[in-house]
Amino acid sequence: MPFDPALADIRFGCGLSPVVAPPDSVRAMLDRLRQQDRAARDWPIQPWPAFSDHVDYRANLRKRLRAETDEAAAFELRKESERLRVFARKDSLKWMAAHIARRITTVDPFRERLEAFWADHFTTAGKGGLLKHGVSAFRESAIRPNMTGRFEDLLIAAVTHPMMLIYLDQTTSAGPNSEIVQGGAGSLGLNENLAREILELHTLGVDGPYTQADVRQLAELLTGLTYRPGLTRRFRPELAEPGAETVLGVSYGGAGDATLDDIDAVLRDLARHPATGWHMAAKLAVHFVGDQPEPALIVALERAWRDTGGDLMAVYEALLSHPASWSPRLSNMKQPFDFIASACRALAVPGAVLVDMPETEYRRRIHDPMVAMGQRWQAPVGPDGLEEADGAWLTPAGLAARLQWAIGVPELLLPVLPDPRAFVRTALGPFTSEATLFAARAAESRADGVGLVLAAPAFQRM
Amino acid sequence: MDRRGFLGGSLALGCSLAASPLVTPITFAATPGEARLVVIILRGAMDGLAAVAPYGDRDFASLRGALPIGGDGYRDLDGFYALAPELAPLMPLWQAGQLSVVHAVSTPYRNKRSHFDGQDMLEAGISDLGAGLTRDGWLNRMLGLMAQGGQTQTAYAVGHDALKILRGDAPVERWSPDADLLLSPQAVRLARMVMEDDPAMARALDEALRLAGSDGDGVMLDQPAMGFDSMMQGEAVDTRPSAQHRRLAGFVADRLRADARVASFSLNGWDTHRNQAAGLGRALTRLSETILTLREETGPAVWDQTTVVAMTEFGRTARFNGGKGTDHGTGGAMILAGGALNGGRVVADWPGLSEADLFERRDLMPTRDLRAHAGWLVHGLFGLSRSDVETGVFPGVDLGADPRHLG
Repeated sequence: MPFDPALADIRFGCGLSPVVAPPDSVRAMLDRLRQQDRAARDWPIQPWPAFSDHVDYRANLRKRLRAETDEAAAFELRKESERLRVFARKDSLKWMAAHIARRITTVDPFRERLEAFWADHFTTAGKGGLLKHGVSAFRESAIRPNMTGRFEDLLIAAVTHPMMLIYLDQTTSAGPNSEIVQGGAGSLGLNENLAREILELHTLGVDGPYTQADVRQLAELLTGLTYRPGLTRRFRPELAEPGAETVLGVSYGGAGDATLDDIDAVLRDLARHPATGWHMAAKLAVHFVGDQPEPALIVALERAWRDTGGDLMAVYEALLSHPASWSPRLSNMKQPFDFIASACRALAVPGAVLVDMPETEYRRRIHDPMVAMGQRWQAPVGPDGLEEADGAWLTPAGLAARLQWAIGVPELLLPVLPDPRAFVRTALGPFTSEATLFAARAAESRADGVGLVLAAPAFQRM
Repeated sequence: MDRRGFLGGSLALGCSLAASPLVTPITFAATPGEARLVVIILRGAMDGLAAVAPYGDRDFASLRGALPIGGDGYRDLDGFYALAPELAPLMPLWQAGQLSVVHAVSTPYRNKRSHFDGQDMLEAGISDLGAGLTRDGWLNRMLGLMAQGGQTQTAYAVGHDALKILRGDAPVERWSPDADLLLSPQAVRLARMVMEDDPAMARALDEALRLAGSDGDGVMLDQPAMGFDSMMQGEAVDTRPSAQHRRLAGFVADRLRADARVASFSLNGWDTHRNQAAGLGRALTRLSETILTLREETGPAVWDQTTVVAMTEFGRTARFNGGKGTDHGTGGAMILAGGALNGGRVVADWPGLSEADLFERRDLMPTRDLRAHAGWLVHGLFGLSRSDVETGVFPGVDLGADPRHLG
């Protein structure tokens, strides 16, 4: 199947738009990805350094609060700490809105889809305090700038990031023979969580060629990896297990404690491992093309991965150039965020309407309906992230929530809804069916007509 | 299906299920496969010492103050334990042997007292977090083992909670009773037509219309559709704590009367760090109303086959903190209800409350793994073998002696 502009926007982009033209070639899609990240400039999201300053500042407030004996001073500190928490909560919804706004206006929609893919591959979440709202900043600083280079650099940026270290309990992991455990530091001990997820989720895959011994050795090698106040990664030798560790038959770390260089070295080796190439080739094919992709597509992606040592642009080119990627049968169910954002793009909702919406309305119209569709924004069920299988999203409750949203919400986002008879072409392009055309004409109101178009299989699938 | 105008002026709770012509009363033969299990996750860590107070312990008053027993206060259960006033509506169940309390229990989670990790452990049903989490929940593994034994049962995850406890390979239905389809009949017809060529989507729509119609608050409006905001506002009003839990329970009861044998949902609001009396009172009232709704709406025949288990991630500190609340603790309580119970008992190996008896001198000492109690229930209700429970459902659990929860 050849390249198709409408399919490029639907399957590899953020849906069709009445104002932004689809790309005219694979070359154009890749060129846009190589150029400046205009969407990020147009709809800013706080990067990690600024966000972590706030975390730091609040941590200091809490520390002072614990030491404060004066009631009035403590009250002020508590108030300030609470104010920061409320701001972070409100900001995190604005960053969610900015993610949608980017999808509405971007001329480079493949970039947005890639960010979502990689952010999900490296799923993280904050367990409490301000960090609960730190995922957008993590994505902005660790994922987005690193997804057009080599996989190993993306891997290192993501899994050694403080958000990931905290999420997967690396910060409480200490070697059994480390200085700190030998010195009798109570509750610290080896924690395998990060090591296991690196092997199982981030690199080799669950069927990959590793054993429990590799998990344990990698966990020991990772001891010492933690973060400093200011939330940048650091190495604390007193937590590190002394001596060399062997992961997949390779020895790291020499006789003394490992260093960050040794940790980077094992991650680079894991990134280049053939099993990682196969794992990622299959995952990309499933995510972008369908739950049962043609084996030839996976083979082609793996080949590009292997030939270039995980150069992601080459892998994307292989994905976009393969005929199986352009099968005209729409297959994957859009995940709830894809569904809502692509509806906003098809309706050309002004991004500012979302970003500037008061919190209560935003929750009621965007955030909470997405929960009802089955996806709670940046609150993953586990480190394996969102389900790829269509069945996870095509549930009675999820579908009911989509239908209700599609009919009820667009008229609250726009002063005037488009005529459904025209909107059906805008939203579905060449994928318009007779039944949908009929429904758009026969609906009793504009809201119903627009909603039925958005509920059509050709809009819900990609 | 075409229950027009069902919503009429009241979006609220709609008609009661009993009045619904769509719900046919079902009589159950006492055949294998009729047992029902409902697991309620109490998120936020319920204070077991306040919910079911061991007022007979000589150190209790020094920790929590003297309890008013009788009247509108705590209800004595057995001379040692007393039920919080907000749970008093459950006293008839206690007297009928349909309510039990399991005290001084916890998951194997220790020391860190994080809700996040604690709930993960509770729902994963595993012994240790150090090795990372399993991807599935214990209730789902239980369903898988039952299916292997030829007992394929319908299970429901209810509400908007992701409910990791039911996550896994065994199929699980998900529905939230507030996922109503407030559409005009014409829109419903057209939606069916639009989705007709996509069999999976058409099936999901059919099921959505069926469930939305069966949960007591209707599918269609024949008046002009109300706006989404007012609908969501309506939801916000109607799903206030005073209503949402009853809706969940009503829906679960309805499914238990039909095809479901396993269901799970969660109740929030247990994290009572400040001014505990008010917040905990509301949470306990919700729990009590939830259990009573389940009993009323399942009806006697189904209730007799039903066991409800309310469990929480950990208990709370034995002492009050400076803000008249309690902080995250360890040992806690589990509440069981249902007609299948051999109830009217508080089951505990009571550790005592003197400072030396407390876990790390601050929390109620857990004397048994709550998974052992849940494991015996699973064994008794669904006939899973001990070894399936000890290796499959709750890997690493020591089932120990049978606490004989079932009648």
